Amino acid sequence: MTQTSEALPAFPMTRPTPFDPPEGYAAVRDAGGLARVRLWDGRTAWLVTGYDEVRSLLSDPRISADRGHPGFPFPTAGREALERSGRTFVTMDPPEHGRLRRVFTKYFAIKRIEALRPMVQRIVDELVDDIMATPPPVDLVPALALEVPARTICRVLGMPFEDRHRFQALDHRRNTLTTSPEDVLRATEEMLAYADALITRKQREPADDLVSELVADQLGGDTVSREELVAAVRLLITAGHETTANMIAMSIATLLRHPEQLRELRADPSLVPNAVEELLRYISIFHISPTRVATERIEIGGHVIEAGDGVITAVAGANRDDAAFADAARFDLHREARHHVAFGYGVHQCLGQPLARVELQTVIETIFRRIPSLRLATDPESLSVKEYAFLSLTALPVTWEEQS
Amino acid sequence: MKITVEIDRCVGGGQCVMAAPDVFDQDDDGLAVLLDPDPPAGLADDVQLAARLCPARAIVVEA
Repeated sequence: MTQTSEALPAFPMTRPTPFDPPEGYAAVRDAGGLARVRLWDGRTAWLVTGYDEVRSLLSDPRISADRGHPGFPFPTAGREALERSGRTFVTMDPPEHGRLRRVFTKYFAIKRIEALRPMVQRIVDELVDDIMATPPPVDLVPALALEVPARTICRVLGMPFEDRHRFQALDHRRNTLTTSPEDVLRATEEMLAYADALITRKQREPADDLVSELVADQLGGDTVSREELVAAVRLLITAGHETTANMIAMSIATLLRHPEQLRELRADPSLVPNAVEELLRYISIFHISPTRVATERIEIGGHVIEAGDGVITAVAGANRDDAAFADAARFDLHREARHHVAFGYGVHQCLGQPLARVELQTVIETIFRRIPSLRLATDPESLSVKEYAFLSLTALPVTWEEQS
Repeated sequence: MKITVEIDRCVGGGQCVMAAPDVFDQDDDGLAVLLDPDPPAGLADDVQLAARLCPARAIVVEA
């Protein structure tokens, strides 16, 4: 295996545009849905881009999320440092995983998150007020995309708005693929220290927020240790931040690149929820993940994954599988897209997805209603993504006709 | 139609509530609650989607 690894394609692969997955993903799909790739450290792993294969493997008990496993694959040295350091329910297998995840499920129940809609709407409206008061062009990445989830997280978790710049900067260091392992670890330590201090503050001065509720429900109990709670609060601060932020920017850019569908959407806002599902599928913000390791031999798609092999279940490939979505490369806000795997699949599927949906639906309905003439202030071909753990637009300059 | 939920498998993702809100709800812990184990035939598509979306494959539907 090692002697032939030089000939294998390297992973991560380059995307032709921010809006299209690497061309190599389709070839892998045609070869049974998975194929071997070469990683930065010379090891090999299975890249999985077939929809059925991704779903099957992500729900297979012979597949592990344990980042401590020696065979676990990582896309870069920095990601290895980051993922091996943070032990939360995200990196655990059943049954331990269920014990810890179930502590947090109640806070993300659909009805509870739906009740946050008016608060999210206020946040979006304030940001759009500010944008409309600025002479165009405006870069929507800092002015809107990063702010909506940051302010929402501050409100939900009970953190002062001013703190958002601090965790944004730390998160940015952690998610930049070129950050050194040492710096990733330093940023992670700072995030954990912040989460620890937040818990201490909520112990002293409880308020009407999720962290205060967690402290009251769990601290001192026998289900979760303080260390586990600190790691989980760190996860709650970061998990819904850059993911949603980048989805907002990419969603607005995608709609601006499909003006006829955008016109339909503006004329009929009841299309927004389905449009968001299609945006989640089409964009697939997790362009190089999730990652797993096989703990037993698995036969799939005419291939054999051996115990100890790394597995990269690229949801960005699965969501463009024609077998699951007819003419999958086409953006179509009318299609049935709810079976996408943008939030992953299996027991680790994103816990915060109801909140992501509320934020995305609110932003998209509001920005195009309030600024109907919104358009790109740059050549669409010039939009680019960073070397980042998620698809992250460098900038999204927009302009509009100012009301006289 | 006969629906069963293997509650030990549930991970509280709420997919069933989104797909078939007349048939599924969530309890105070965010775990699935089956409101109607034998819903009218008109809800069959919603129920099938709920079973398909469930990330823990906790929903079993028998015709």
